[in-house]
Amino acid sequence: MKQNRRHFLVTTTGLFASAFLPSTAFAAGRDPRLIVIILRGAMDGLAAVPPVGDPDFAALRPPVFDGDPLKLDGFFGLNPAMPNLARMYQAKQATIVHASATPYRNRSHFDGQDVLESGHEKPGFADSGWLNRLLTTLGTSDKLDAAQLKATKGLSVGTLTPLVIRGEAPLLGWAPSQLKDADADLPPRLLRLYGETDPALMQVLHEGIETGKIASGMKDMGGGGGGQTRAMLDMAKGAAALMARDDGPRVAAMAFDGWDTHTAEPRRLTQLLGGLDAALAALESGLGAKWNDTVVLVATEFGRTARFNGTQGSDHGQATAAFLAGGAVKGARVVADWPGVKASALYEGRDLQPTTDLRAVVMGVARDHLGADVRRLQTDVFPGAIGVKPVDGLIA
Amino acid sequence: MTPETRAAIAFSRFGLGVTPTGYGGALSDPQAALKAELKAPPALSAELSPIQKDLAFSNALPGSPELLVQIRDYNQARRMMREKAADAEKPKEMSPNMMGDMAGGMSGDMTKPDPKRQMADDTQKLPQAVLQAEGKARIDAWMKAPIGFHERLVMFWANHFAVSVDKGIPVRVLAGAYEREAIRPHVTGKFRDLLLAAERHPAMQTYLDNDASVGPNSQANRNAKRGLNENLAREILELHTLGVNGGYSQADVTSFAKVITGWGVARTPRALSDGESFQFNARAHEPGAHVVLGKTYADDGERQGVRVLEDLARHPATAKHIATKLVRHFVADQPPPALVDRLAKRFTDTDGDLTAVYTVLIDAPESWDAPRSKFRSPQEYLIALLRATGSPLPPQRLYQTLRAMGQPLWQPPGPNGFSDMAAVWATPEGLSTRLDVTYQFADRYAAKTDPRDFAEARLSGLITDATRKSVAQAETRAQGLSIVLLSPEFMRR
Repeated sequence: MKQNRRHFLVTTTGLFASAFLPSTAFAAGRDPRLIVIILRGAMDGLAAVPPVGDPDFAALRPPVFDGDPLKLDGFFGLNPAMPNLARMYQAKQATIVHASATPYRNRSHFDGQDVLESGHEKPGFADSGWLNRLLTTLGTSDKLDAAQLKATKGLSVGTLTPLVIRGEAPLLGWAPSQLKDADADLPPRLLRLYGETDPALMQVLHEGIETGKIASGMKDMGGGGGGQTRAMLDMAKGAAALMARDDGPRVAAMAFDGWDTHTAEPRRLTQLLGGLDAALAALESGLGAKWNDTVVLVATEFGRTARFNGTQGSDHGQATAAFLAGGAVKGARVVADWPGVKASALYEGRDLQPTTDLRAVVMGVARDHLGADVRRLQTDVFPGAIGVKPVDGLIA
Repeated sequence: MTPETRAAIAFSRFGLGVTPTGYGGALSDPQAALKAELKAPPALSAELSPIQKDLAFSNALPGSPELLVQIRDYNQARRMMREKAADAEKPKEMSPNMMGDMAGGMSGDMTKPDPKRQMADDTQKLPQAVLQAEGKARIDAWMKAPIGFHERLVMFWANHFAVSVDKGIPVRVLAGAYEREAIRPHVTGKFRDLLLAAERHPAMQTYLDNDASVGPNSQANRNAKRGLNENLAREILELHTLGVNGGYSQADVTSFAKVITGWGVARTPRALSDGESFQFNARAHEPGAHVVLGKTYADDGERQGVRVLEDLARHPATAKHIATKLVRHFVADQPPPALVDRLAKRFTDTDGDLTAVYTVLIDAPESWDAPRSKFRSPQEYLIALLRATGSPLPPQRLYQTLRAMGQPLWQPPGPNGFSDMAAVWATPEGLSTRLDVTYQFADRYAAKTDPRDFAEARLSGLITDATRKSVAQAETRAQGLSIVLLSPEFMRR
């Protein structure tokens, strides 16, 4: 990581004003903002946005969440943990993309995140992410022009700059003042590992978890605990406070961890989706009037198995859902070329079949929201994506 | 056992952990690689910092005579400051109005000079200047060492002959020089030389109070107001040589304490300007012959104590004690008796040639076959983590992190040093801080590292399928790296 590109800011306005654009530099009119949220661990799209109108769905996924799905378009519902997103949808400020995926067709988190964030077709080590390259390709004629970007810089939220926004374009960094909580999902994983190869160490770790000395998702029955929910909210609030300023950053990225729900998915996903929903609401309220010109894109590396496994969870899969929220979104729609969930329709007989290229969704947003050049999107931002066509009509 | 496994044992059991460079020559002959490292010990170096220039240091890692002068000047300055501060406060204590002013000043007016704060700042300046450079030099040496066997021996002996910076300013300032002067040059030589250098060093003389010990019948005690302090004599017998069951009595302790009266820290300008840090003060030396462990030592001044130490160095109980500690440190919490006996025999046969003793350890099949049941101490773990990720730490963070993990550098809880037993370190609290520290590191290091490659490289020869699977299934890079660094393969040695 190139540390010199990262500047930690304090949230006292006067101290970093010089890093921002003089407000006189902005002409009247559209002043778009784009926020990208990466969900690390593979969000279960079928649990988040259940296709309740699909006749094969009920047999595949018996109801496990508290409460009925929230109404979207009749065919798709929304997980009951996301009332704010449902409200935004009804207010035509949110759109769901379903059965979408990156070009990655394997099942490793690291490689999947690599493809999702780097914008390359294959995993491998990319130094930069598509969002950063998008910033460098924007020209003076674009809606978000180069001068504005140069002056305001991209915003990286969190202690670790997500790959999606790493690269040549200069960044600001901001992290909640509290140190990041040690990953609550780590102790249960170590406990399983020690159980297999080091019983003595397992005993010590078990005691640490039992006595509360080691904060573990185990304590609330399987991970995805309150720490992650609070971290999401803190990051969203911090980003909104910075981006709400006239001279604040226009583009930001952040990553939320914890979505790898192999066990106890109903409980964990309820917490996680609730946390994401609260984070979206915090962006909405924190951005104030700027929300009207904002698009928030929420995406994850891949989906999960269509069927639940034997431990009330799901394993690594393929297609999943992505969310677009914000006043600039042409909302109240579910964009999907629905493949169905019949056994014969599933990818390798187990996963939701990808039918929409996530890159096409990003391209649609980049072109219509920021004015990006399609050719450059197909070559520089997403190398090798010359055959991928931007999705039309995502932006109001 | 594969060559990778043997190399991994060389790096973990005997060394500081593998680096991004890999196992190198240890793959073909790990035993030769370990022995070769003893012949080429790394030199310590550090750059003169601005704060050291300000204090007129001659170099970043000065010898103890220079530091003793610094400590003397420092104590003088502090005394003056204290007197000034006391004067300055007197009238305030008598006037209620002034009390109000003081409260205002404390709430954040930084412009007025505050003699109290000035003093607090200054008391930290010298130790900070020293510890910064000493820490930096150690971190560099740990990162650079090919395998790190030599550095592990330095750590082992510095802990065997423990001093603690808790004792106060002099030891705080001298601890690094003590390790550089008394321990480091002698870890591959004769035990006798190591023992003499450690016991005579001003840090040890101060830490275990021998500097203050005065012979009851010495000239210095003509007014009978001062006397004997047995602390150093007892710990030499109990901890440094014979061991607690080594067959000495209270009478031996008292006798030995008398023998080493007069041994102390150089104070006279002449000694200091001659570059001496040890000084024998004949006026404080208890006159007469003394019996230690049944042998009578005639009074030949400073030499009397040297001769007792020389006999202790070659005592069979010392050989057994040292052999036991070495095997416990490197091989197993419960040291195999046969291996201990072989080390003790070589110790005796070679009159305490430490390299010869290490050679027995390196050549022993037990050293390679024993289960990897030792649990890396916090210091060993942190260094292994820094080496594995190739990311050195600023000295300040090194001290902070080791403190948080329960093993602050040169600050053991007592003269017996830090424990070498897994049960002391593998605790819920210990694991908890280890998890936090590791995750913070992994989170920063994750950007450019594939945890699966990292696991295969750093755990080469050790990795189990369970760990491989756990790492591959991790949800984020940071989590995957954390699992590698917290795996039994990495935490044990």
